Amino acid sequence: MIEIRDGKKVLITPVSAEDLKDIHIGDIIYLDGSLTTCRDVAHRRVVEEGREIPVDVRNNAILHAGPIIRPLENDKFEMVSVGPTTSMRMEKFEYEFVQTTGVRVIVGKGGMKENTANACKDFGCIHCVIPAGNAVVAAVCVEEIERAEWRDLGMPETLWNCRVKEFGPLIVSIDAEGRNYFEEKKVEYNKRKDEQVDLISKQVGFIK
Amino acid sequence: MTKEVQVQKMTETMAKFVGYTGKVLPDDVIAKLEELRAKEDSPMATVIYDTMFRNQKLARELDRPSCQDTGVLQFWVKCGTGFPLINELEGLLKEAVVKATFETPLRHNSVETFDEYNTGKNVGKGTPTVWWDIVPNWDGCEIYTYMAGGGCTLPGNATVLMPGEGYEGVTKFVLDRMTSYGLNACPPLLVGVGVANAVETAALLSKKALMRPIGSHNDNERAAKMEKLLEDGINAIGLGPQGMGGNYSVMGVHIENTARHPSAIGVAVNVGCWSHRRGHIVFDKDLNWTVTTHSGFEM
Repeated sequence: MIEIRDGKKVLITPVSAEDLKDIHIGDIIYLDGSLTTCRDVAHRRVVEEGREIPVDVRNNAILHAGPIIRPLENDKFEMVSVGPTTSMRMEKFEYEFVQTTGVRVIVGKGGMKENTANACKDFGCIHCVIPAGNAVVAAVCVEEIERAEWRDLGMPETLWNCRVKEFGPLIVSIDAEGRNYFEEKKVEYNKRKDEQVDLISKQVGFIK
Repeated sequence: MTKEVQVQKMTETMAKFVGYTGKVLPDDVIAKLEELRAKEDSPMATVIYDTMFRNQKLARELDRPSCQDTGVLQFWVKCGTGFPLINELEGLLKEAVVKATFETPLRHNSVETFDEYNTGKNVGKGTPTVWWDIVPNWDGCEIYTYMAGGGCTLPGNATVLMPGEGYEGVTKFVLDRMTSYGLNACPPLLVGVGVANAVETAALLSKKALMRPIGSHNDNERAAKMEKLLEDGINAIGLGPQGMGGNYSVMGVHIENTARHPSAIGVAVNVGCWSHRRGHIVFDKDLNWTVTTHSGFEM
């Protein structure tokens, strides 16, 4: 579901493929509902080991992140700091991960490539970045940690299933049409980089 | 003070300081970020910078690490031979990291290689990393602390160029890394470049360069010129905050260098993210300390 709240576009889980139709790369959105941290080894377990993910992320969101958690009493936890980790590390697994789990919103840091863009297009999913290094802004959007699964992976890699409120800002980097913000920007960056290499090279001929 | 009390005192100071550097950025980094923020005009860059500054404010108010990746701790130690705790220093730094891990709290970031398990305490074989410089005839000790996060560790790269490739080759090596890996490493970045005789010396210097204050320059005129050229060049790529586009890309470029073999140019690049959590503390022989990077730090 989508709601416009104080001028903010808020996606509310469960999210349908239809909800993602009017969301495009470069848009800034927010998320309410179920968000589960999920990163390297969890992806490997689902894709390579064929294990069933113990938190149902279908039509919900995952976050490439390894948080700092404070244990409370009665098997409860507090989210102290949480921010995204480099999404590219999950690129290798993401097509099959989306296909298997039915996740709709992937939040992380930096760009991803064709595997993820194809998954977004084929299965109706988006990838967003939350500005990284802003772990307290993100943590205060977590209302409660509802479950913790695969705890054997340690604090950073446990699946921390959170209920979030206006989690963001999320900048859409891959939309459900498969357009990829970072890959489009990279073409510009590389062109300018080549120009700069030529320009600088003319001024650093120190070996004569 | 007995030796035991001295060790305890320094351990507590270091644990507290390490924790503090995870919550509050150094004064020079904040000043540079404010300067860069004012020079961006797109709505996206504005939203990102607003989030960054709100985050630093919240981290201070709620007393929490500002970034969840509190890194693997690295210490650059310049220790006088007469410093009373020279023998205990490495052990107490390890103990300070364990203490800071539980008190701050810091994320558990030490995974033993091959056995592949997280120690849960931020210490392991060779971590925290401690690099030593011994200063003869001095009784003080100077320590740079650094939280090396995963994101800004990834772009690290080193190679040995043939002299024919020259400083032009160095330029290409550094700039290529900015558009392949740098954009994902949380720009605006601080870029460290080592130019030296081999891969290991260049690599070490490229990280050491990140300990220098922002705005400082290499003493060598040509090296300083190259720092400026690289800074302007990377800015012109327009990575912007978070690599999502903007008018600037970096907080600075620092080059550190040594002489080289006639047949080789060792070159390395390392980056610090916008959340550049380095600290600098100096102890005298009585363990009175001075912090140069964080004006708000108190025991």
